[in-house]
Amino acid sequence: MILYLMCFFLFLVGLYGAITKRDLIKIILAIGIMGYSVNLFLILIAYRSGALAPILEKGLEFSMVDPLPQALVLTSIVIELGITALLAALAIRIYEKYDTLDITKIRRLKG
Amino acid sequence: MQNKYADEGMSLIVKTITRFTVWLIFLYGLYIFIHGHLSPGGGFAGGVIIALSYVHLTLAYGKNFVSERINRSAMHNLEALSAIFYILIGLIGLYIAENFLQNFLGKGTLYHIISAGYIPILNLVICVKVGMGLYLVFYYLASYQVKKTGVN
Amino acid sequence: MILSQFIFVPLFAAFLIALVARKRENIATAIALIATGWIFIFSLIAFFKLPAEAGMIMKTTSGWKIPFTIALVLDHLSAFMLIVINLVAFFSAFYAIQYIKHFTGKWNFFALFMLMLAGMNGVALTGDFFNLYVFMEISLISAYALVAFGTESEELEASFKYATMGAITSTMILFGIGILYSFTSTLNMAQVGQTIQANPSNKLLFLVYGLFIAGFGLKTALVPFHAWLPDAHPSAPAPISAMLSGVLIKTLGVYALIRIFFNIFGAPPVVLTILLLLATLSIVIGGFLSLVQWDFKRLLGFSSISQIGYVILGFALGTKLGILGGVLHLLYHSIFKSLLFLDSGAVEYATGERDIRKLGGLAKKMPVTSFTNMIGTLSIAGIPPFNGFFSKLIIIIACFAAGHFVIGFIAALASIVTLAYFLKVQKHAFYGESKLKNNFEKVPFTLKTSMIILAVLCLVSSLLLIPSVRQTTVQPIVDAVWNATQYIDKIVPFLGSV
Repeated sequence: MILYLMCFFLFLVGLYGAITKRDLIKIILAIGIMGYSVNLFLILIAYRSGALAPILEKGLEFSMVDPLPQALVLTSIVIELGITALLAALAIRIYEKYDTLDITKIRRLKG
Repeated sequence: MQNKYADEGMSLIVKTITRFTVWLIFLYGLYIFIHGHLSPGGGFAGGVIIALSYVHLTLAYGKNFVSERINRSAMHNLEALSAIFYILIGLIGLYIAENFLQNFLGKGTLYHIISAGYIPILNLVICVKVGMGLYLVFYYLASYQVKKTGVN
Repeated sequence: MILSQFIFVPLFAAFLIALVARKRENIATAIALIATGWIFIFSLIAFFKLPAEAGMIMKTTSGWKIPFTIALVLDHLSAFMLIVINLVAFFSAFYAIQYIKHFTGKWNFFALFMLMLAGMNGVALTGDFFNLYVFMEISLISAYALVAFGTESEELEASFKYATMGAITSTMILFGIGILYSFTSTLNMAQVGQTIQANPSNKLLFLVYGLFIAGFGLKTALVPFHAWLPDAHPSAPAPISAMLSGVLIKTLGVYALIRIFFNIFGAPPVVLTILLLLATLSIVIGGFLSLVQWDFKRLLGFSSISQIGYVILGFALGTKLGILGGVLHLLYHSIFKSLLFLDSGAVEYATGERDIRKLGGLAKKMPVTSFTNMIGTLSIAGIPPFNGFFSKLIIIIACFAAGHFVIGFIAALASIVTLAYFLKVQKHAFYGESKLKNNFEKVPFTLKTSMIILAVLCLVSSLLLIPSVRQTTVQPIVDAVWNATQYIDKIVPFLGSV
């Protein structure tokens, strides 16, 4: 149980970072941390005590951990890759336009 | 190697080591995706490693050196083409078998390279897509020149 | 009926555009039009071929049995969503042909547009939780890129804001899906629903409810989660604003909420209460914030928050009448809000100006735009012969019938506020003295055609309320939402033994 709680704590760390940090790059990193915590959580729910990695081997019979969440983690890593790349590209363009990465100074939209 | 961008990129040591290791990395990527249906790995992991071999080259030699030698337009085409092939394979499954992306090849024997139906083909397609896509993302992020506009 | 075509046709079109149309932009337009037209026609066929009672088609991809593969499910609700999505998508694509001339990278625009469409169709069709997340991310990533399409500083800022909030809440949704998987051991929606309704008192479910309300609530732009919408929707090019406001927030937000909370979780009362409160807040705050806007598109963005509140309010009442109102308002809002966004795009195209204080007297110069905008205004404000009146009336009556007198009264009052801020647009932008200094460009043909057809639809879609028509079209959708367990019961025979 403590593992799950720590995982949730990591999730909250990411959320805290994304909400309170003022630097665009730090926000991107915080979103990354949130994603990692969810990936960790998915791996944790796949765990079975005493089981091995879900790879078939010739002539061996053993109990496996649940392979489905591992596939989900792979997919969610791909999605996070896409989002991180997009956010980084946006951050570069914002830096070009505003000459800063501080979100308190990037405030042209109001109302 | 004759190189007019000799002073770009990293030091001579890095460049020399890169010359030896980059092929190994590329080969490892190929290995990972060819054995994707038998062992851990697969199209995505292999594609990432292949992209990393290009990234390695870019980091060591500088982006100008690499951009002269790599046909980026072909990379774009390959990336789009591989996605189209993925859908076409799905359509063949829809046509021959009953459902989209259904297996239409023989399953082969377990633990052999030629087995698992169409999964090796899909792995190849995904490998090309991920490899090209990831490298292009890296390249465009790395080569973007920030123009100082001084608006703020 | 090949269900997967709604997903692979736009995907194929997107990558075909990326392959062949990078230099030849006319081909990009042609491919996009053919693809959107194709799936629009097939979505109509899919809806009307679906048998009225207990109609449901289920296909699995890749031919495996259910727990091991992804199921695509077409029931009346998803067929209805497909029609809404592809209707707006087709007219937006048609509109974009000439609107997008001023931008560079036409092929980029259409490729991203088709990707977004593929993602939304996937969300409407899928019967699998993780697949829902993946398709949602596909359409969201394309939406982030499209919001920043103009690469001006405001657009980039809006896109970054949208992308950050979207990414955070998507992570929350994935977390919720992980928790659901951990105690049902399956990702198929029907099987998850079966397990949950067998033991509905699990405490962990409340965490899932919270995560999903925050996650999908942000995609819906319900009020505490609305901050991105008035920035992101106006920043996109007009056809994309129409897509985002017209269907993206409905597919990823409203549809996903309805599907998950009504069909899978069986409409838990605590969630309905929360949604009811959030919807009322959205109606009020969205309405009053639009009153003070001077930017045409920003005003429309705030108005979307208010109107989406009505949709959620109708569903959250949980009565049959309320759901009827919600379904109708979902369809009607997608029609008139995309019409209004297309109008604002035409105004911006012609004058290069979005601030309604600097416009004026456009009624003489752009008769088509002004007339269609008037129809859109009358519809959204709820003036009788137009469609918006009927759906709002049904929702308000349903509020009183369910005993929520205060909320019904607020909804009725907010409707007057809607009329007020749209009359403001009419007065300042389309009538009165012209204050324009820039030169004036003629509105091209495809822009006009799209606007006229959508304006006609504003009137025609009121016909859905005629009892005989309603019985065959809207009633099955309402039943699909209202009979919460019907969705699960109909899929169960398909399930393979684990």
